[in-house]
Amino acid sequence: MKDQVELVSGNRAVASGALDAGCRMYFGYPITPQTEIAEYMSAVLPEMNGVFLQAESELAAINMVYGAAGAGRRVMTTSSSPGISLMMEGLSYLATAELPCVIVNVMRGGPGLGNIAPAQGDYFQAVKGGGHGDYRTPVLAPWSVQEIYDLTRTAFDLADRWRNPVFILFDGLLGTMMEPLRTREPIPERAAPSWATTGIFAHGANDRAPRSIYTLHMPEGALTEVNRRLQAKYREIAREEVRYDEHFTGDAEILVVAYGSVARSALQAVRVARQQGRKVGLFRPVSLWPFPEEALHALSEKVRKILVAEMSSGQMLEDVRLAAAPSCKIDFLGAMGGELIYPGTILSRLQEE
Amino acid sequence: MAVLFSRPQSLTDTPFRYCPGCHHGLAHRLVAEALDELNLREKAVGIASVGCSVYTNEFFNCDTQQAAHGRAPAVATAVKRARPECFVFTYQGDGDLASIGMAETIHAAARGENISIIFINNACYGMTGGQMAPTTLPEQKTTTSPLGREAAREGNPVDMMKLLDALEGPAYLSRVVLTSPGKQAAAKKSILRAFRAQMKGLGFSLVEILSACPSNWRMTPVEALHYVDEVMAKYYPPGEVRVAKEVLEG
Repeated sequence: MKDQVELVSGNRAVASGALDAGCRMYFGYPITPQTEIAEYMSAVLPEMNGVFLQAESELAAINMVYGAAGAGRRVMTTSSSPGISLMMEGLSYLATAELPCVIVNVMRGGPGLGNIAPAQGDYFQAVKGGGHGDYRTPVLAPWSVQEIYDLTRTAFDLADRWRNPVFILFDGLLGTMMEPLRTREPIPERAAPSWATTGIFAHGANDRAPRSIYTLHMPEGALTEVNRRLQAKYREIAREEVRYDEHFTGDAEILVVAYGSVARSALQAVRVARQQGRKVGLFRPVSLWPFPEEALHALSEKVRKILVAEMSSGQMLEDVRLAAAPSCKIDFLGAMGGELIYPGTILSRLQEE
Repeated sequence: MAVLFSRPQSLTDTPFRYCPGCHHGLAHRLVAEALDELNLREKAVGIASVGCSVYTNEFFNCDTQQAAHGRAPAVATAVKRARPECFVFTYQGDGDLASIGMAETIHAAARGENISIIFINNACYGMTGGQMAPTTLPEQKTTTSPLGREAAREGNPVDMMKLLDALEGPAYLSRVVLTSPGKQAAAKKSILRAFRAQMKGLGFSLVEILSACPSNWRMTPVEALHYVDEVMAKYYPPGEVRVAKEVLEG
């Protein structure tokens, strides 16, 4: 029954991915354009013996995620840009306490209350930190409904593997559009990890030492030690969790770099340009952190030019500049405030060459 | 040799680091005794907050989580829903619970979350050095109300019992003082009732403890005790505000 194709939205795919990964706890607060995730969860989780709770705010929601993750459950929250800003304090605590959880940002236009149109202006916030202190969270950026489902499942595994919050970042265009989705065999929720505060009596271990989840490290040197451990972990994640996707890059002279929905426009533009005999390719970062800098660097040594297309004023652009060979020319095509980047716009830029 | 008095099992042997005359130590002991008496230590998850109570995770000998400032009721809500078989309590000061965490407190209470809150009200921010809190009394001087709290300037205090009593969710609400052995015994009875409310699945329970803070009140411990009885308890009258009848049954 599970091996069937459904026509669903990206938002629904997040919910299905989480449920099929064994997530049975969801906390959230309504905000456009992702509220249907909460609506769907509120309908199905009670039937699955799960917990859906509409929190009083995003502040409460992210701290509920902290409590549930600390108690050893698979847990998720979802929101959109302004709501994610409110969760940033909690992110810092979750990362420091090394609590696995999945946070989805279905981005809308900003800054401020902005608007409810698709945008990619939260790249810095997700990729560079957002909350206080030296912490990192893996950021996955799907470009289709199917990939939203797949990466949501992956995100839970990454969160557990690294004991770290994991971000899924895509825009409201992907969240609200519908595409065929093929789901995979659901798995049951995993058992509580060995560090979780489940009560001393859990699983018959009546005499184990109390466990504590905390982020205050006052003794001299203690916080330095915590930071060293975290940074060592982040270095390992940066080595092992790089994800990216390439199209027509073999002989490309011009390389478009884009993620999420913009990468779809870019691929269409690249295909048309190829038909016109232009040697262009697409490089799509799937993990925004860790950024696929080595792969991009290698390509940048072969191509004449890179065109970064992004629905922001140029945020991922900075990581591309850091990764690319100094000799490589880098152009930028941006859009802000909810403007989309259409294939034709990218194609025009490619035709200027 | 008969042991007549010892540390409750629900306290670790970590020495308290509170100021002389502070009531945190007494409050910790009463909470720990209640956990022991109700056999809750093994199933307890205690939620520490921010302020002087930030170290409670080192003192309670059970599983604990340390929450961000004000968010303990949200964290407790999720722990209880994640592990309904656990006993979940928070330990929070007045800045944490009644100021920055007001929304989390009110909504956990309104929902009737089946958690228990120990609310330490010392009418100031203790850890940061005695600033004005929502609970700071009229005319009370603090480092951020140096002329004494005046409604027209600093605004009026918040009485959490009155606020919470307006909601359907709470099963047990009580305010206590610790200024004499008799009152400490009554306080423990309140804590036991709050904990029983959760054990019976009746919903939200909270015990507010009016607590001395001699260091920040610029008083001797004895003067601080008198201040609790003669000033604080006049403005914030002790007593049980809400007792669901099922709390007393069985």
